[in-house]
Amino acid sequence: MNIRKIIPRIVVYILVIAGSIAFIIPFIWTVSTAFKPDDQIFLFPPKWIPEPPTTIHFREVFEFVPFGLLYRNTVILTLLNIAGTLFSCPLAAYAFAKLRWPGRDLIFLITLATMMLPSQVTMIPQFLIFRNLGWLNTMLPLWFPSFFGNAFNIFLLRQFFMTLPKELDDAARIDGCSFFGIFWRINLPLIIPAVTTVTIFTFMGTWNNFIGPLIYVRSYDAMPLSLGLRMFQEAYSAEWGALMAASLMMILPVILVFFFLQKYFVQGISLTGLKG
Amino acid sequence: MSRLKKNKEEIITAYLCVLPWILGLSIFIVGPIIASFIFSFMDYSVVLPPKFIGLSNYKKMFFEDPLLWKSLYNTLYMTVIGVPLNILLSLSIALLLNQKIKGEAFFRTVFYLPSIVPQVAMSLLWMWILNPQIGLINYLLSLFGIKGPMWLASEQWAKPAFIIMGLWGIGGNMVIFLAGLQNVPQHLYDAATVDGANIWQRFRYVTLPMLSPTIFFVLIMGIIGTLQIFTQAYIMTAGGPMDSTLFYVYHLFNKAFRDFHMGYASAMAWFLFIIVFAVTMLNLKLSPRWVYYETE
Repeated sequence: MNIRKIIPRIVVYILVIAGSIAFIIPFIWTVSTAFKPDDQIFLFPPKWIPEPPTTIHFREVFEFVPFGLLYRNTVILTLLNIAGTLFSCPLAAYAFAKLRWPGRDLIFLITLATMMLPSQVTMIPQFLIFRNLGWLNTMLPLWFPSFFGNAFNIFLLRQFFMTLPKELDDAARIDGCSFFGIFWRINLPLIIPAVTTVTIFTFMGTWNNFIGPLIYVRSYDAMPLSLGLRMFQEAYSAEWGALMAASLMMILPVILVFFFLQKYFVQGISLTGLKG
Repeated sequence: MSRLKKNKEEIITAYLCVLPWILGLSIFIVGPIIASFIFSFMDYSVVLPPKFIGLSNYKKMFFEDPLLWKSLYNTLYMTVIGVPLNILLSLSIALLLNQKIKGEAFFRTVFYLPSIVPQVAMSLLWMWILNPQIGLINYLLSLFGIKGPMWLASEQWAKPAFIIMGLWGIGGNMVIFLAGLQNVPQHLYDAATVDGANIWQRFRYVTLPMLSPTIFFVLIMGIIGTLQIFTQAYIMTAGGPMDSTLFYVYHLFNKAFRDFHMGYASAMAWFLFIIVFAVTMLNLKLSPRWVYYETE
């Protein structure tokens, strides 16, 4: 081993470790604040380890806002959006990728074109539609459209269906399988990784969605966590312990899903990146 | 006869499969696009019926709404300064992690995790971190004898604060770059080394050109993303202080859902579309000068 090779390696490690510390410190700071008794939160210089750690802020969250209700709403919304997406997107993607029908190319072109449009363009008329339906202050506007598909997901899944060999479908046809049977029994099982990726995107999108609830929802009954957390912050802006505890409880499911489905996260991101 | 029947079955199946999407596309996307375009020539306050007013909304936008230009400036500030910094940092980290270091998977997770933190939670975290009196950043600065700024409460520092916070969330781009780096064939590096290229030359003449399509993609997505920045500003600063974090979409949101000027907000949305479109086209036009596509 010569020194000219070792020194760059050491520099690389120092940079990576320093960077990691910088990226991880905000998490540690949050956890530390959430478990700190109030009198230690406002100490300067700060104390990193709470003495003794307390769970009072986690209990406060449930006293200050109907946190359980907000959580339940978010879980329901997420499940409904996932159900809607899985119902509408793979079928449409299959039709675009594998079936021949009049109008296919035109509708696919329109689908692609609308992907370029900022969502703000459609936001106002959509609001007016849901307002006229009397759906304001319900959860409906936040999940109903997912049952009618989403351009990006359909596009992504179509790309996957396209990679499947046509011979499989032909063989199944000869054996008397219907086109829907081909979709359900042959094509769909082969693109489960892509479907998982789309499911994760939907989960993240629903869990994070803020502007939607902000526009449509006023009362806690229909409110998800994202907006609930904001209401909480508005009303208790100095309760840093409870705010950090609530934030942690919102982050936790996302992190758990990430650790269980890490492969699909990374795959999903790289896919969207490389397809460009 | 049987061939015709087969086709018919295929067509019927296809229409059933895309029916939800055709409905969704018409009702929630194409219909609203047309409606939004029409509204942009109307005065519409939701309670009163819409009234056709020609180009007045656009005239007002360009000549009578200084806040619109201020918000556009604020937004472009985030784009012009934030996006390059974001690319620089995510690419640097990806390059470091690509050096076959031990524990790569662990470090990758550490750098990636912040990017999946929900935006509302992230905003709350950073309000606390950026707290001028007892926040983490100003404490760390004080260790070096620096008196930190007021951050979110300061007209000059609020936007840089948002940029710093954005840098914490570069994990997604880092993963994209890592995937791109792993696609650079090793034999190109070997050939360059044989030709006597040093580490910088290998980066400049192998890595960079091979990675340029990825950089291009990240750049476009980054620009489109920052042009639509909203949530952080709504939660952390409410657009202040002195409108220094009133971003374009925030202004649009205020016009639509605070003042109920739906026609004006629709015109603003179309202007945003034109900006997004123009920036994307400009980038596509300039891309042959620096983006290298491998010819097969």
